[in-house]
Amino acid sequence: MSAQQDAAAHQAVESYAGERYKYGFVTDVEADSAPPGLDRDTIRFISAKKGEPEWLLAWRLKAFERWLEMEDEEPAWAKLHYPPIDYQDACYYSAPKSDSDRPKSLDEVDPELLRTYEKLGIPLQEQEMLAGVAVDAVFDSVSVATTFKDKLAEMGIIFCSISEAVKEHPDLVQRWLGSVVPYSDNFFATLNSAVFTDGSFVYVPKGVRCPMELSTYFRINAANTGQFERTLIIADEGSYVSYLEGCTAPMRDENQLHAAVVELVALDDAEIKYSTVQNWYPGDADGKGGIYNFVTKRGACRGANAKISWTQVETGSAITWKYPSCILQGDNSVGEFYSIAITNNRQQADTGTKMVHIGRNTRSRIVSKGIAAGRSDSTYRGLVRIQPKAAGARNHTQCDSLLIGATCGAHTVPYIESRNPTARVEHEATTSKISEDQLFYCRQRGIDEEDAVALIVNGFCREVLQELPMEFAVEAQKLVAISLEGSVG
Amino acid sequence: MLKIDNLHASVDGKPILNGLDLEVHAGEVHAVMGPNGSGKSTLAYVIAGREGYEVTDGSVTYRSEDLLAMSVEDRAKSGVFLAFQYPVEIPGVGSATFLKTAVNAARKHRGEKEYDAMEFLRLVKEKRAALGIDDGMMRRALNVGFSGGEKKRNEMLQMALLEPALAVLDETDSGLDIDALKVVADGINALRGPERAMLVITHYQRLLDHVVPDRVHVLAQGRIVRSGGSGLAHELERSGYAGLGLEPSAAA
Repeated sequence: MSAQQDAAAHQAVESYAGERYKYGFVTDVEADSAPPGLDRDTIRFISAKKGEPEWLLAWRLKAFERWLEMEDEEPAWAKLHYPPIDYQDACYYSAPKSDSDRPKSLDEVDPELLRTYEKLGIPLQEQEMLAGVAVDAVFDSVSVATTFKDKLAEMGIIFCSISEAVKEHPDLVQRWLGSVVPYSDNFFATLNSAVFTDGSFVYVPKGVRCPMELSTYFRINAANTGQFERTLIIADEGSYVSYLEGCTAPMRDENQLHAAVVELVALDDAEIKYSTVQNWYPGDADGKGGIYNFVTKRGACRGANAKISWTQVETGSAITWKYPSCILQGDNSVGEFYSIAITNNRQQADTGTKMVHIGRNTRSRIVSKGIAAGRSDSTYRGLVRIQPKAAGARNHTQCDSLLIGATCGAHTVPYIESRNPTARVEHEATTSKISEDQLFYCRQRGIDEEDAVALIVNGFCREVLQELPMEFAVEAQKLVAISLEGSVG
Repeated sequence: MLKIDNLHASVDGKPILNGLDLEVHAGEVHAVMGPNGSGKSTLAYVIAGREGYEVTDGSVTYRSEDLLAMSVEDRAKSGVFLAFQYPVEIPGVGSATFLKTAVNAARKHRGEKEYDAMEFLRLVKEKRAALGIDDGMMRRALNVGFSGGEKKRNEMLQMALLEPALAVLDETDSGLDIDALKVVADGINALRGPERAMLVITHYQRLLDHVVPDRVHVLAQGRIVRSGGSGLAHELERSGYAGLGLEPSAAA
């Protein structure tokens, strides 16, 4: 496929994903919201609203019972500081805003937000969607969506909202949901299991190579599904899929607490590539507002020669707590984690990965780039565990931090546990600062200070940016620049 | 092109330049020579606008504008180029990417269309061949792991691409073997032209064997103590700075 076709396909799939959500989710829930607070009735309400089968309601309730017992298990080990969250104060189910509550036009939208959209080069129509303006025909072409839906279906690929999958493909969902992140996994994942609202579902059958990047892009979030997202991707034997999540444009959301769960399953010889760009509202310069993002992402290489690759660009949220992990069960399976985490102003990020080597000759690679500016704190926290049977396992970790200014912090917390003497584990870490010499050199060549910072930081992140699909990479570079605005001078 | 009047400048409160006068016209190449610590690099940094180099008196006029009132990047965009004595390494940033960003910043400033990747690569190919720079070097991170000669050649390439109106070369010849020195000299000579002024700052006369200046100035203790034609450089070579009756400074 040529680059152009690729881009066209990519765009089309985005629209298609949007269509999916427009019909698969929004129209189902036109009704009212649940009152704030969380009890068994809230969960029954959510489940009923979504017309779920009994087994799923039972699973949610089981998770809820477990969550109640976890009162003292809210993770406190991360290098994050925030006031206690009142879980009874949050709203766990709300219908999308009605048109009368939304801004009528872009004139009513925060100019700061519009300025950023402008810089990212987002078309006017999409700006309206992102800002939640009440618009009618949002998506261009139903026929394109249909074409791609047909094409995916022809190949046996299922790509839909998880709500729809529960209805259309209950056996698949029941078999795999919670198989990688059990309902009892951790405080936030358990909460998610009880109250998840929506998310994506992907199944790629044996031997099928998904011909296009599957993308939720930002349209999914525009419909307010972001709060308790649940995503499940299964790559059957010998299949391949690349999935893109998120949005470079800043998203406003009145729900401060986000707790998503993503589960990936790769069977024999299958490969899943999962890319994320996260740019939720980070709060203002003084740290007011901003999203708390507590995410559990985990992939299992269940089969031999399977491969799971995580790539993330984390620039948003007031708090990021996120450790996309790989369970390397199959012999010769491969796990990768490529990460860029940028914090500015008062943001805090504690992010990293877990690579659990179980099978023989399993390999993992970790490349983490943390950039801190303002008064922010960026922590890499990563675990590499070699189980006794993982003979010949190999890991290489590279962990670099870049500081901008003198009031931010970068921290590296690696955990290495090796129970097999034939394993080889390597860890490299560096910390550097953008030097005054570098900035002066760039500026003397006519490059403005902020552009110079962006250039230097993009250079620092290059190894990770290279892992992103082409279209995403270009946007991510712009995003890096915008995230660090006002960090120098 | 450049007119410096009674320039006084300090670094960390310590006076370095003490009433420097200098005028360079378009089409001229001037050499500024002087012992270590005489203020040569300070002069270069003041012209470029580096922070920490405080002008306490005097004026610098560039194309009838007050240069000192302009920001570092605005000076650069309006045609002031400084070839660094120690070019800075920027890991991860490809040399070609850096060059393209710089060239497009200047083009944008002049209201010209920015080059796309293909146009720019063609242009670079043309310029780098003359400087003996291979394609591999363009793909490496800027100055990272470059030899001394490669770094200076890269400075010359940047100068050739940016086509400045005023080029200041701060001891570009230091630490170069004779081949690299020749490359640098060729780079400078190739850019000589009626529209361009150049200020070649150097400690040694040897670069001036290859780049024959229109004027030579001797800088000592922060001011120009002697000016003359290119013959002055040879005189210095023979008699040394001490022969001019100049005390070697404490820093020498």
